[in-house]
Amino acid sequence: MKPLIQPSRIQPSRRRFMAGAAGAAALQIVTSRGASATPEAMRAEITRVTGGAPVRSGKVALDIPQLVENGNTVSMAVSVESPMTPADHVKAIHVFNEKNPQPQVISMYLGPRAGRAAVSTRIKLADTQKIIAIAQMSDGSFWSGSADVIVTIAACLEDL
Amino acid sequence: MARALINVPAKAARGEIIEIKTLIQHPMETGFRVGYNGAMIPRDIISNFVCAYNGVEIFRAELSSAIASNPFLTFTTVAAESGEITFKWTGDNGFEAIETAGITVA
Repeated sequence: MKPLIQPSRIQPSRRRFMAGAAGAAALQIVTSRGASATPEAMRAEITRVTGGAPVRSGKVALDIPQLVENGNTVSMAVSVESPMTPADHVKAIHVFNEKNPQPQVISMYLGPRAGRAAVSTRIKLADTQKIIAIAQMSDGSFWSGSADVIVTIAACLEDL
Repeated sequence: MARALINVPAKAARGEIIEIKTLIQHPMETGFRVGYNGAMIPRDIISNFVCAYNGVEIFRAELSSAIASNPFLTFTTVAAESGEITFKWTGDNGFEAIETAGITVA
């Protein structure tokens, strides 16, 4: 009578599986966490956008969840206190991050026809980090708002 | 042609602030991921979005790799006159999509 489990058939496949799993784990360590922006890169990018003009904190509300389970899709809303008249309105809203591969997230350009400076989108986050939104006003001043986000599953870096 | 969803109120009062929501089907491949053969997957994103109200630009956005797949954008505008609102997305590999929505302002 044949044994139900044939060890000679089982063993090599298990060995092959274990070897493959170890190989995959090693590959993961080598390939993931490649390029990453730094807080310095973010500051440099902010300086590039503002042209070195001072950025005051306030007026900008950045609404983003404090704890994010999946960094692949994070809803984010930005609103700026402004009457949005031809004389006094928000010209642009720029969003930056600290630890994604690139410091820029999105730049949005609006004008007095927006009626209200309130926009939203969905972004990717590669790590637990700080997000900064900067609004450029029609008088040339810059205002910022920031939020800290804890990310449990990162985006961008997972491989196929 | 990529599928796009546009949400614009069909009717609005003159001077009313309306919210516009847009969603378009796109993978937004970041260019930072590694594929099966160890090579980087090339970047494929939508990089620009423009919204025009009767031919006048009212909103523009420059997107980056950090925008989630199937880009979703919401913004507001003042309902000024009846007419057409056009949406245009452009991106890598010659990607281009144009959608229009009508609005009646009373």
